[in-house]
Amino acid sequence: MRYAMAIDTKRCVGCADCVVACQTENNVPIGYCRDWIVQDTSGVFPTLNLEIRSERCNHCDNSPCVRCCPTGASHYSDGGIVLVNHDECTGCKACIAACPYDARFVHPEGYVDKCTFCIHRVREGQDPACVSVCPTHAMIFGDLDDPESEISKALQSRKHKTLIPEAGTAPQVYYLY
Amino acid sequence: MHEVVITSGRMIPHIDPQLAIWGWEIPLYLFLGGLVAGILFFSTYYFIRNKKDDYPAAVKKAPLLVVPLLVLGLFALFLDLEHKWYVWRFYTAIRFESPMSWGSWTLFFIIPLSMLWSLTWIHELYPGFSRPLPVLNGFAARLKFYRKHLAWSLLVFSVILGMYTGILLSAFNARPFWNSAILGPLFLTSGLSTGAASILLLSKSEAEKQLFRKIDITLIAVELFLIIHLFMGFLAGTQVHVDAALMFLGGPLTADFWIFVVALGLVVPLIIEIFESRGYKVSVKIPALLVLAGGLLLRFIIVDAGQSSRWLYKFFE
Repeated sequence: MRYAMAIDTKRCVGCADCVVACQTENNVPIGYCRDWIVQDTSGVFPTLNLEIRSERCNHCDNSPCVRCCPTGASHYSDGGIVLVNHDECTGCKACIAACPYDARFVHPEGYVDKCTFCIHRVREGQDPACVSVCPTHAMIFGDLDDPESEISKALQSRKHKTLIPEAGTAPQVYYLY
Repeated sequence: MHEVVITSGRMIPHIDPQLAIWGWEIPLYLFLGGLVAGILFFSTYYFIRNKKDDYPAAVKKAPLLVVPLLVLGLFALFLDLEHKWYVWRFYTAIRFESPMSWGSWTLFFIIPLSMLWSLTWIHELYPGFSRPLPVLNGFAARLKFYRKHLAWSLLVFSVILGMYTGILLSAFNARPFWNSAILGPLFLTSGLSTGAASILLLSKSEAEKQLFRKIDITLIAVELFLIIHLFMGFLAGTQVHVDAALMFLGGPLTADFWIFVVALGLVVPLIIEIFESRGYKVSVKIPALLVLAGGLLLRFIIVDAGQSSRWLYKFFE
């Protein structure tokens, strides 16, 4: 099993529903967020290109945050989902320094926190909160090892990319374009 | 043109707009760790070479500083932890892939060993020290027979301690300015140099001062070479590495680094020590204090620069 997420940049309108759904579902403290919206404009006027992305932890296959954790608090769980065990985290912040996506932060209670792909929902067969609320159906969550899954089909039929693949972490959040 | 805006708003403390997770605690610890590694290296090395009476400041006196310096450094590390009451978790796992795990286990062994090492020298230098606690006297007297074992194990641990702090930073591929294999040797050399400087401050014998001056001259020369090498490596790297180097080559850290670390912390003491070793009289304190201040500032600047360099989100280009 290899859980992954695909986000259709042609459908995303940047409404930030995913951000709010995550904050509500996961009791994310005020002033913090586990996912966020990026507007990326490139080109030369008047031929500008706008890409809108919902970004979060990439649950990398080669996670530097897991590797550098001195206590084993950062670990791989079901289907490669990267999690932090709060009771093992010392708050040393090595994993925050190790993440090229700046996806991690220190929770006000002291441990390091980040996106969990809503593993508590996934284990019950539901989509992560962000995916379930997306009004334009721009987000797909699923198992890449299953060739019949919606995400596998989307990645087979559409052009896609990951963010800064050159950082070498094998990210598992894909952007369709 | 390339413009990136986080439109959902994101201003997470210590993450945005740029990483600021490590304040003064970490660079102070990195400095103290390097200094302690330097002192222990020279102390154990010259003890093993049977020079304890030729170089008393290096072998006997300087190690007395080690325990207080290590405790201060550890306290800074503890202050930096965000989940403080879980600090014991460092010692419920051995993780070979994590430099921080290496560091915490090194400290676990080096602290008791260096306590024993300083105890044998307090006992020799100040025999009356244990009057309130006579048991300690007998223990210290017996400990003398194990000095060789202590020296060899501390020699190894001191090199690990001096080196791992640099490796700790260089293992963070996510921060381009830290991502250079030169940082390990650079921090080790700088640690040895600050160790030599503190021995120069303590020494009363001219022969010993002359030796450590020569050692320091060599170490500073190696450090300068490593710094040049560090920037050559970055400039031959990817765009993010080039950008990281440019912070020091015309960017915001240029003056701080080249004036205070390189000129005042390395070149000026190097020149003074060369003059001193040729017989000119200059206060030994000046180059030694400059080296110590330069070593501290080097850690601060490198810890800062790493956090300012990144792969993702150049907000405007």
